[in-house]
Amino acid sequence: MMLERFALRSRGLLAGVAMSALLAVPAFAVTPADTLVEGFAIDDIISMDPGEAFELSTAEVTGNTYDLLVRLDLSDTSKVKGDLAESWSVSDDGLTYTFKLKPGMKFASGNPITAADVAYSFERAIKLDKSPAFIINQFGISGDNVTEKAKAVDDTTFQFVVDKAYAPSFVLNCLSATVASVVDSKLVKEHVAAATPSADYKWDNDFGNAWLKTGYAGSGQFKLREWRANEAVVLERNDNYNGEKAKLARVIYRYMKESSAQRLALEAGDIDVARNLEPNDLDAIAKNADLTTASAPKGTVYYISLNQKNPNLAKPEVRQAFKYLVDYDALSSTILKGIGEIHQSFLPKGDLGAIDDNPFKLDVAKAKELLAKAGLPDGFKVTMDVRSKQPETGMAESIQQTLGQAGIKLEIIPGDGKQTLTKYRARNHDIYIGNWGQDYFDPNSNAQTFASNPDNSDAAKIRTLAWRNAWDIPDLTKETEAALLEKDSAKRADMYKDLQKKILDTSPFVVIHQQLEVAGLRKNLKGFALGPSFDTNFVGTVSKE
Amino acid sequence: MSVAENQAAAGRGSARAVAILSSLGRFLVIAVTTYLGLLAVTFFIGRVIPIDPVLAVLGDRAPTAVVERTRREMGLDLPWIEQFYIYVKNAIHGDFGTSVLTTNPVMTDIRRAFPATIELATLGTLIGAVIGVPLGVLAAVRRGSLIDQIVRIIGLIGYSVPIFWLGLLGLVLFYAKLQWVAFPARLDVVYEYTFTPITGFYLLDAAMQGQWDVFYDAYRHIILPASLLGYFSLAYISRMTRSFMLNEMAQEYIVAARAKGLSEALIIWGHALRNAAVPMVTVIALSYASLLEGSVLTETVFSWPGIGLYITNSLQNADMNAVLGGTIVIGSVFIGINLLSDLLYRLLDPRTKVG
Repeated sequence: MMLERFALRSRGLLAGVAMSALLAVPAFAVTPADTLVEGFAIDDIISMDPGEAFELSTAEVTGNTYDLLVRLDLSDTSKVKGDLAESWSVSDDGLTYTFKLKPGMKFASGNPITAADVAYSFERAIKLDKSPAFIINQFGISGDNVTEKAKAVDDTTFQFVVDKAYAPSFVLNCLSATVASVVDSKLVKEHVAAATPSADYKWDNDFGNAWLKTGYAGSGQFKLREWRANEAVVLERNDNYNGEKAKLARVIYRYMKESSAQRLALEAGDIDVARNLEPNDLDAIAKNADLTTASAPKGTVYYISLNQKNPNLAKPEVRQAFKYLVDYDALSSTILKGIGEIHQSFLPKGDLGAIDDNPFKLDVAKAKELLAKAGLPDGFKVTMDVRSKQPETGMAESIQQTLGQAGIKLEIIPGDGKQTLTKYRARNHDIYIGNWGQDYFDPNSNAQTFASNPDNSDAAKIRTLAWRNAWDIPDLTKETEAALLEKDSAKRADMYKDLQKKILDTSPFVVIHQQLEVAGLRKNLKGFALGPSFDTNFVGTVSKE
Repeated sequence: MSVAENQAAAGRGSARAVAILSSLGRFLVIAVTTYLGLLAVTFFIGRVIPIDPVLAVLGDRAPTAVVERTRREMGLDLPWIEQFYIYVKNAIHGDFGTSVLTTNPVMTDIRRAFPATIELATLGTLIGAVIGVPLGVLAAVRRGSLIDQIVRIIGLIGYSVPIFWLGLLGLVLFYAKLQWVAFPARLDVVYEYTFTPITGFYLLDAAMQGQWDVFYDAYRHIILPASLLGYFSLAYISRMTRSFMLNEMAQEYIVAARAKGLSEALIIWGHALRNAAVPMVTVIALSYASLLEGSVLTETVFSWPGIGLYITNSLQNADMNAVLGGTIVIGSVFIGINLLSDLLYRLLDPRTKVG
């Protein structure tokens, strides 16, 4: 009797707890009408200082919050157009670039934008000498000469002097990289911290680097309100912007790592855009009537590379054979569906001179013939380092299977991304599968890494992808350097076409596809588009219905 | 009481004091060696893993010269033993270095991430204990009945189903389909602007500021992950309660109480459970402590910015300062909770009461 009453009571208690646990009003979630909310795996961000940041998520934020002298022309990405600069000219000797700034422009802080700000931005980027500084210092600019080489002639005239008569397209493309973003020097100087000069760092202050890691001093369409690591990046409309103002008042990038969680939040209306979707979630979103997708090819190519320190892989016929042992069609219709386009040359589409002929198909007979010619008719054993994520793992498994058809026994060594990369950078791999995103929007960025290797010794100072695979190519290195000095853009483009054909034919690189960036979005968004690079994923044009 | 008895009592007292002191001393020695061991193991694991920590700072695209300079700046060119010495020296002063990923001092990050985990773990344990204990009691009292079978099945599922799978399932059902709970995060976007946390426990902060809409929103965000964690601790707690209760119910004093004509309810709740409560405290405390470690999978699925997610992210990126700092904090919490449950044990167990 007592027991029963107790059981009844506790049943009531259980029900009560269960009720309170589930009690919530069912309602369709909507994000605020003046705010764009994106679900985005922003965990690669380590600094918001444009002089330091070199990560993909940061590039998007910097692109939206800072202005440059010149910017990539989205209607023809082999050219640039003026951003803060109204016009520019190159001296006859090809060494001096003079930029005239548009008049009457302001930073988000209200401070006027002058040539002195541009000069200071260059000075701090060079003197800080962080990862992206090489994009500017490759023009012979160093901490000791930067104030001479990049200087303000008057309030609206900025002069940039390079050490060789480079192709102007090369110089201008490099100046469109985020490291050349113009910072509000007056504001930054208020936040400068003292530094102790040392052998590695000769300057007595940090040029505001500590503050700018999370701070903001720009003039872009949006201003950075805050970045909370692994939580959110919040942008607010810059009402002092010098061009067309952003349509929405704010943009919030919410940290969400999982594709499936992003999809759920998008379906429920809690985010407007999902940025890291895997093929299966993408499929589901494409079928949903309230949602749609956007995509754009990015400057990242996926490839496998054969270390030339391995005697089997060093044989030219073996290098050739590998190119016939990838089932490009099957990959494209399965693992890469919606996230990659087959592309076999090292310059991504959109670059000056990029070619898009894909001569290779899976051809086991031809590969066997080549292997026999190399003296390896029965194949051989080899390893491949693969990071444990998609699409690399799926690609590696497919390649393992097709290599097997020609008698090559591939052992896959799975590893964490940083781990396989550490091994690759030390040239201790046999085969590596990975991707390469160009550092700045110019063909030289990828040409330099795939087609040049100035010093193949273990102690080399310059370590390109060709170096990582111990591919010694003095002639191609010279050709790559020559393309940098070709003033005529059409001729320069031809030189890159030639380089790509040679790489296609002889290199230890099997380039497989170019990455497509995809996003799932709610249909009420207007004007959302992904750009050709991460720093051109602009959000200022987005509005809501 | 005679003089002799008094003296004997005093002797017992001082003996007790000595015993307490020596056990305290032993505890201190154990704590210090545990800490040092923890530090050494984590530090050296961090140095032998085949990942270059400079990669974490600079990424793959930095030029060689910058890589070499950064290696020197991070002190990675020094011998290991010297790096360890520097680390311990700084750690003693409460300086765990700066996190590469967030650019904040590690302690700042932990102060931010830990409340999120504590809030989740506390609610989870509360759910687990409040439901788990009565369930376990019920299962023990009605051994072999339907409710006993149900408890067993709940336990079995709790042990065998992966938490991230159940988490995703929960999201699909309660969030995507039914819209009963809010999406994976701590708060809705709208409150990003109107709400300033004080302690970092959002429910508490909202209540303190009287912002009941924020409280409700935080509740809608926390309830699913907390229920999930609650379910897993419930599975454990109910099973343990059942076995403790069965043990107690078989004792002679229960027979004696029944013979005395006490009501069943009083026997179960007043006597058996009270005695079972002593080991229960340890079980609940341990389950709480394990949740405080940060349930990595739950935090990942629910985008919950807690300590588990923080350490895992850091580990994957070879951000060793953050990993070391996080490990030490968690180690402290573990040691602290063990001490606390020891104290509670003494309070609850009448045999340890001072006469």
